[in-house]
Amino acid sequence: MQNLDRIARQARADFAATDDPDALEQVKARYLGKNGQITALLKEMARLSPEERKTAGQAINQAKDAVENALSERRDALRRLALECRLAEEAVDVTLPGRKEILGGLHPVTRTLERIEALFRSIGFEVADGPEIEADFQNFTALNMPEGHPARSMHDTFYLLDENGTISEDALLRTHTSPIQVRYMQTHVEKYAHLETMPDIRIIAPGRVYRVDSDATHSPMFHQVEGLWIGQNVSLADLKGVCADFLRRFFESNDLKVRFRPSFFPFTEPSAEIDVAFMSGSLEGRWLEIAGCGMVHPNVLCHVGIDPEKYTGFAFGMGPDRLTMLRYGINDLRLFFDGDLRFLRQFV
Amino acid sequence: MKFSESWLRSFVAPSVSGEALSHLLTMAGLEVEEEQPAAPPFDTVRIARVLTIGKHPNADRLSLCRVDVGEDEMRQIICGAPNVSPGIKVPCALPGATLPGNLKIKAAKVRGIESSGMLCSAKELGLSEDASGLLILPDDAPVGEDLRVYLDLDDTLRTLKLTPNRADCLSLMGIAREVSALTRVDAVYPDIPETPVGTDLQRPIVLEAPDACPLYCGRILVGANAKASTPDWMKRRLERSGVRSISALVDITNYVMLELGQPLHAFDNTKLKGTIRARRARPGETILLLNGQTLELREDVLLIADDVRPVAMAGIMGGDETGITPETSEIFLESAFFSPHAVAGRARRYGFGSEASYRFERGVDFGGIRRALERASGLILEICGGQAGPLYEAAAILPERKPICLRPSRVARLLGVFLGDEEIAGILRRLGMNVERDGENFIVIPPSFRFDLEIEADLIEEIARLHGYDNIPSPISHAGLMMLPQSESERGLSRIRQILVGRGFQEVINFAFVDEEWEKRLSGNTNAIRLSNPIAAQMSVMRSSLLSGLVANLVTNLKRKQNRVRLFEAGRCFFRDPEGMPVAGFSQPWKLAAIAYGTALPEQWATAPRNVDFFDLKGDIELLLAPYSEFINVRFEKIPHPALHPGRSATLSIGEKPVGVVGELHPQWVQRYEFPLAPIVFEIDLDILRRTKMPKYAEVSQQPLAIRDLSVVVDQKIEIRDILEGLNTDSPACVREIKLFDVYTGKGVDPGKKSLAFRIVMQDTQRTLQDMEVDAAVQRMLIYLQNSFAAQIRT
Repeated sequence: MQNLDRIARQARADFAATDDPDALEQVKARYLGKNGQITALLKEMARLSPEERKTAGQAINQAKDAVENALSERRDALRRLALECRLAEEAVDVTLPGRKEILGGLHPVTRTLERIEALFRSIGFEVADGPEIEADFQNFTALNMPEGHPARSMHDTFYLLDENGTISEDALLRTHTSPIQVRYMQTHVEKYAHLETMPDIRIIAPGRVYRVDSDATHSPMFHQVEGLWIGQNVSLADLKGVCADFLRRFFESNDLKVRFRPSFFPFTEPSAEIDVAFMSGSLEGRWLEIAGCGMVHPNVLCHVGIDPEKYTGFAFGMGPDRLTMLRYGINDLRLFFDGDLRFLRQFV
Repeated sequence: MKFSESWLRSFVAPSVSGEALSHLLTMAGLEVEEEQPAAPPFDTVRIARVLTIGKHPNADRLSLCRVDVGEDEMRQIICGAPNVSPGIKVPCALPGATLPGNLKIKAAKVRGIESSGMLCSAKELGLSEDASGLLILPDDAPVGEDLRVYLDLDDTLRTLKLTPNRADCLSLMGIAREVSALTRVDAVYPDIPETPVGTDLQRPIVLEAPDACPLYCGRILVGANAKASTPDWMKRRLERSGVRSISALVDITNYVMLELGQPLHAFDNTKLKGTIRARRARPGETILLLNGQTLELREDVLLIADDVRPVAMAGIMGGDETGITPETSEIFLESAFFSPHAVAGRARRYGFGSEASYRFERGVDFGGIRRALERASGLILEICGGQAGPLYEAAAILPERKPICLRPSRVARLLGVFLGDEEIAGILRRLGMNVERDGENFIVIPPSFRFDLEIEADLIEEIARLHGYDNIPSPISHAGLMMLPQSESERGLSRIRQILVGRGFQEVINFAFVDEEWEKRLSGNTNAIRLSNPIAAQMSVMRSSLLSGLVANLVTNLKRKQNRVRLFEAGRCFFRDPEGMPVAGFSQPWKLAAIAYGTALPEQWATAPRNVDFFDLKGDIELLLAPYSEFINVRFEKIPHPALHPGRSATLSIGEKPVGVVGELHPQWVQRYEFPLAPIVFEIDLDILRRTKMPKYAEVSQQPLAIRDLSVVVDQKIEIRDILEGLNTDSPACVREIKLFDVYTGKGVDPGKKSLAFRIVMQDTQRTLQDMEVDAAVQRMLIYLQNSFAAQIRT
């Protein structure tokens, strides 16, 4: 019996000393193979008496089980070891950067325009677009600036030459985004001519505009966003509410101060200028002009076929370039139109 | 409009601080643009009289002065100014005074002699740049008085940024009127008595263009001394309004203009001949103006003429020949009303402007014409002496102030706040309007000085202004819930941009005007839309392509040592187009363009660097186009483009219509711009990219796929598209997909040939395909390739 224990112990020790799966199978043969020690003991049992055989058989089988268990444990261990080795070999430096294209980015003014559009969409304003070469009527006359109106001269308009090289009577580069509202109103009126009461007009119209002006704070091409709400009961109070709400959402600042002060535009009456003041940062406490707005002038409504007695509405115009400068602390307008990656990459 | 607060307060003196006054004006629509003190801060400076002067014993250049500053004792003060002399009155800073620049004055010894104070120059007090000597004060300056009080130095100067509708505030009286309305404090205006007439001389006046000049008052003044000096108080007010003092007569007309808003003109009466006529210019007439310009006049210019020639551009500027000089002793003084439409734009047309034209263009109070003439006459007699002739007035029909009906209900509707009838009427009356009740409404007549009140909305703005925009609530608005359209077969620009951003492109925004040469040479546009007034020669035409801007951006960035550049822009391009809409004659499509330069991927450890090529950008276009509803009809054709490499560029077209280009920049431009590598560009009509296909479900087959590869060798010149199109048209029914997965030339393939490898995916929707069927299908495709393209199977 002691002999059997010794064999089992020895087998376990031999297995443990073996690191290689093939070698392990050879070691196994020493115990369990055709000529193995356990096999030999089982063969010897034939010579024993039936009683002796019963006890010895039990003992040998126990020893055999012990050897087999030891073997299978060792097999598992070696398999685990092999896997670990492989995993270790296959390991990579996870701190190396990934294989990639870098992310491009939107122009900062586009970021602003998309924010503005999203904010106004969230209260049901549709985004409208219009031509940049504009007709005199939509750019001026329909906006209560008939020919000879002094306000026209303040617009520093780019005019176009026709094919013969003479100044075109009618075509110009739009000086503001307001003609978009004129065109939209005209279409809207036509579309709902069959209804007694047309649905509200709620639009936001972003775009590029042009003026003959170029210095540190003026660019001959810049951006504007026009907003328009026409309905049966739209008031100056609504204008104040919507614009103040917008500005606080845009700058994500609830304590932004917003004020409306009387001003003059030919296409609105009453008219106002919107100023904001930040409560922190380098511009803290200073009133900054941010938008012009007002109640749409009855003449403008008449020009597009809307009855000013039945409908009222407000319009506002803002400079997204300026909003962008304030939002990100940019101090030079010219950076926007220079295409310098060192600047643009900051807005990725 | 620049004005002095102290001058304003002489008319209306509300008990509000300077700061509050600025706020009040700004919030009433008269924006205070600038605010500055009349003098820098200093204190303890008194008016002193120099009694005697003697030599300083230890210094040649210093004088030893005995000075009276109104105290019991005389002071001894050392002074180095060259103009010090006995009897003059000068400012004296006493010990303890602080002068501008934080200079503290103490009693001290100068070269051993006691000096108890300092006599000051204008510069030392920050009053002007004059440092040549002491500031000499008038003889009647009261000795001992604080200089700040005497010179009214605690005044504040404000500049109003007036909107063009508020010409009525281009005078002190106008601003006072407004302040009075805002603060409810009564304003007191100067008393202007009728000028006593001392001579019968008068000059006839005829209105020959009564629509343009419906009222003209004139008067002759004789014996006035044109060399009289302008009183200090007037000089000071002029200077604080930004007007330089010139001579007494000119100063008086300027003063009255600033005070009352009425521009005046003074002629030398001896140089006028006959009758004064307000008439339009005749063809070919010229005038030499006071500013030295000689103008040829157009017929829409309103003139003041005498019997022989034009003597002034009415309301704009007087003529040089008839202007007053220091020798003038007889004056013809004009005060008239010129209609805004008769003056507007005329001066600007000739490239100048004047204070007078600025006011007449916007509207001058026709109710104050006589008053202004009387005011100026009175001041001339007072300052220059002489005798006044009778006031001669020629009058036609003055502008009418039509009654406006104002409905309080409309006020509430437009402003979104309810104001009582009393408040509404009160506000309008304070603004000088005539207000009558008419049932529930009011009938309002605006005053003659307001040119901007014509309709009800104009009055409502006035009501809002005086009520205060701040006092109008800003509620959360209530509007009917109405959803916006959300088309699934359209894609917004924002999503298109994001695809390019994800592909490593950075957005830029370029000017829409470009160099004409660029348009010609790179865009092949010989009919560019030219600006009549470009800001610079290289920005003279409207772009027909976004590519020129992107190439310019590349130049900029390479100069700044960026070696990998990927940019894109979305914007409108401009073409002459007889059928263009919505503006006749032009089409203005949106385009999207990109440029890529440098390595295909940013340099990184895990990828071998490779420069970007045609197929990278073609891939980007294909990616952008993938959701396009008619993607299948887009073809890449070899059509030459002036900016692109003829062998490495393609035009995208749908049917016959070109919709874009992609390709490598032409080597001649690469060389011209000295690019070390060739950039790749593309440009495509944005409208194509916006239209996306609506997904449509097709049943997914459960049958197994059979996959076979087919390799053939064909002539190098054969275009892959022809092969793929042929295969797809002619393929057996079980073929689901034919993919080109390899193109090879080089070792093992004969020169002039290329090896192509296709992967063919086959599947039946109903049953499992038999090997025989699969092989037969592949065989059929091979035979097709052999027959149509002389393909040889590659072994």
